[in-house]
Amino acid sequence: MKWLRSVLLPAEGSQYARQVDDLYMFIVWLSVFFFVLIAGLLAFFIWRYRRRGPDEVTPHITHNFKLELTWSIIPLILVTILFVWGFHGYVSSVVPPKDALEIQVTAKRWLWEFEYPNGSRTINEMRVPVGKPVKLIMSSADVIHSFYIPSFRIKMDVLPNRYTQTWFEPLQVGTHVLFCAEYCGRAHSDMLAKVTVLSDEDYRKWLEFGDETSEQMPLKELGAMLHESRGCDTCHSLDGSAGLGTSFKGVFGTRRRLADGQSVEVDENYLRESILEPQAKLAAGYQPIMPTFQGLLREREISALIEFIKAQR
Amino acid sequence: MNGPTSEHGAAHLSYLREKRGLKSWLLTLDHKRIGVMYLWSVLIAFALGGFFAMVVRLELLTPQKTLIDADTYNQAFTLHGAIMIFLFIIPAIPASLGNFVLPLLIGAKDVAFPRLNLASYYVWVTGAVLALVSMVTGGVDTGWTFYTPYSSTTGGSVSLIVLAAFILGFSSIFTGINFIATIHKLRAPGMGWYEMPLFCWGAYATSVIQVLATPVLGITLLLLIMERVFQIGIFDASLGGDPVLFQHFFWFYSHPAVYIMILPGMAIISEVIPVFSRKTIFGYKAIAYSSLAIAFVGFLVWGHHMFVSGQSELASAIFSFLTFLVAIPSGIKVFNWLATMYKGSISLEAPMLYAISFLLLFAIGGLTGMFLATLAVDVHLHDTYFVVAHFHYVMMGGTTIAFLAGLHYWWPKMFGRMYSEKLARWAAALVFVGFNLTFLAMFVMGSRGMPRRYYNYLEEFQPLHALATFGSWILGLGLVLILGYLLGSLRKKPDAPPNPWGGKTLEWTAASPPITHNFEQVPVVTRGPYDYRPVEGAP
Repeated sequence: MKWLRSVLLPAEGSQYARQVDDLYMFIVWLSVFFFVLIAGLLAFFIWRYRRRGPDEVTPHITHNFKLELTWSIIPLILVTILFVWGFHGYVSSVVPPKDALEIQVTAKRWLWEFEYPNGSRTINEMRVPVGKPVKLIMSSADVIHSFYIPSFRIKMDVLPNRYTQTWFEPLQVGTHVLFCAEYCGRAHSDMLAKVTVLSDEDYRKWLEFGDETSEQMPLKELGAMLHESRGCDTCHSLDGSAGLGTSFKGVFGTRRRLADGQSVEVDENYLRESILEPQAKLAAGYQPIMPTFQGLLREREISALIEFIKAQR
Repeated sequence: MNGPTSEHGAAHLSYLREKRGLKSWLLTLDHKRIGVMYLWSVLIAFALGGFFAMVVRLELLTPQKTLIDADTYNQAFTLHGAIMIFLFIIPAIPASLGNFVLPLLIGAKDVAFPRLNLASYYVWVTGAVLALVSMVTGGVDTGWTFYTPYSSTTGGSVSLIVLAAFILGFSSIFTGINFIATIHKLRAPGMGWYEMPLFCWGAYATSVIQVLATPVLGITLLLLIMERVFQIGIFDASLGGDPVLFQHFFWFYSHPAVYIMILPGMAIISEVIPVFSRKTIFGYKAIAYSSLAIAFVGFLVWGHHMFVSGQSELASAIFSFLTFLVAIPSGIKVFNWLATMYKGSISLEAPMLYAISFLLLFAIGGLTGMFLATLAVDVHLHDTYFVVAHFHYVMMGGTTIAFLAGLHYWWPKMFGRMYSEKLARWAAALVFVGFNLTFLAMFVMGSRGMPRRYYNYLEEFQPLHALATFGSWILGLGLVLILGYLLGSLRKKPDAPPNPWGGKTLEWTAASPPITHNFEQVPVVTRGPYDYRPVEGAP
């Protein structure tokens, strides 16, 4: 009966999907049994007891306690089995393994944003390694959305005021569809994303070097993109105005006074150090609040940011 | 039952003819006339909701734009749902057919509070007019469930349609209060609780839910209006509210409301099957108590709409188990109806054809409910077409088909005319086939991951969507045909005998159509409602 399973359900992208499908198919057969029973009896009675004359007399059968008890208790046993089985599967779907890879998911009308442990971000495409549990920590920037990947049989609402989570472990390399399943307005039905399952090696390579487009981007352009996407622009302005951090305008090549009274020339090495270890040489007049980007930026991205800052004259 | 028809029948005109003129209708306190006004009103609502359904189905014929843009589509499915739920299904059976037949079934002259009954109708009309106004003044695109914070932040006339639903709630409460009092106080002499026709048990259980649950919806909808108008943060996270709280409040009413919709349908089936099997109902008390059980457990299952909403896992587990429990009394009813047909004398006139349709479609609706009650499976199926198919099997395949069964069953009583039996059989077949074509495909789509409320969809789903759209045309044709021959029958001379189907309940002892006071003399009940044993000493 494999064909029926493949007609009714999408391909199984995870071990968990298989578990769900086993239960789904069990309920299918249970339903088929009861439907055939009901429809069969109905058809048989309609034919066997069709009215043959206007004055037909029927037996006066008011009830049958044993029979009624039977058709109360058997369904009760069956639904209890379904409940326990369904609960069992559900528990494994809500409790992720401790070593799961964590990806932050932000839903907003009408796109999906993914942030990986090293700070990489993608929009409308989630890249994950094959055979590793992936845990998603999700929130919404506006209304309620719902994170739904049919191939993994997982769904979880994404809320604006709290984090929700779900997890999956992909079985094979390939791509899957991610839908928004909670109605969210005009482009609800276009709020789709691609889930790309990569081999472990491809995934690591991608994390380290980025995808093809950013690889081919000139350093300065990549730096400009990172300046925004990594939030540098929150504190470091480009127009000379003071923020929580120094402005990047004309900063390269100058000498900076440091908080400990010494001074340093702003060159490539100083910039690199400040990105990776911001408090090593803190500029005078600023609070030590910048987080380290150690491990959050790829080698090429650090160079790109330095090139970008150099270009701010 | 012995309800003597009067020898002075000629002295009294039927309720349709005793008084004439528009005013005699608009200000009537007669439960039958109010029932008839409700009937035409809910049929208009049904036609309007059906129109939006056809628009939605037509748009979904192709994966991209077929006919209308996304915003119009979102409004169309919202109005389809809101109209069908609040204006059609909830009042359909209790307020139209129920209003007409309940007093007749228990041998009463009228309901307990005739003025409240009329008030309920005008409250309904007010709500319906407001809903229509909201449609033309900006429209509503929230879905009928009004989930926050979408509904508290989107544009359009959301406040107005929510106000309409709030007002409609009162009409529902009024009907509920009326039926409870009527059933308690106005039963004919000799009719104890267990001599009541089963329709009354269903109507009673429904009324209890209407009275207890509807106020919660009213409060919730008021809070939503306050949030939209005064920016009070109750449900909107950006104002400090909690969006999931709205879902709890909403489903606390709207799940019991599902039983407000289905219990009266089951109640009609319990009338039709014994009559057309010419045999007493099997397990009277089991059917009666199962209605009460469904009404009671129905209050405790609202969280099954929220398995993936972020509610606690423990809550989900408890709601899952309680949801399964509803299957037991529902199953009991189905088996009892089947057992009633065993060794019966079954004839297949239109009401029975609909009752048989009901048994098959409700069985599918109920069995597919098990998929959704099962936690692990529901996570996958929630908010997909599987859910859409499931609740249409229960609400349309169940309630609406039962409504049609009741309409065909009591039509001769209501208007004194027989409709064309031949056309009625054709229509029943068209409705059955069209309905299954439309919604069976949706179970497969949903299982394969097609999310609901989608304007555009993936190419792979197109064949099944096309099948569903095609089915909706057959279904629509069947429904139009019904309207045609029913209206056609009104143009004929009155030709319905008092008891065309051989029923044993009291309404069949009244004239067709009944006189204003229903019975010439107060009926005295000496036999059960479905007692088909030959009367001793009778010729």
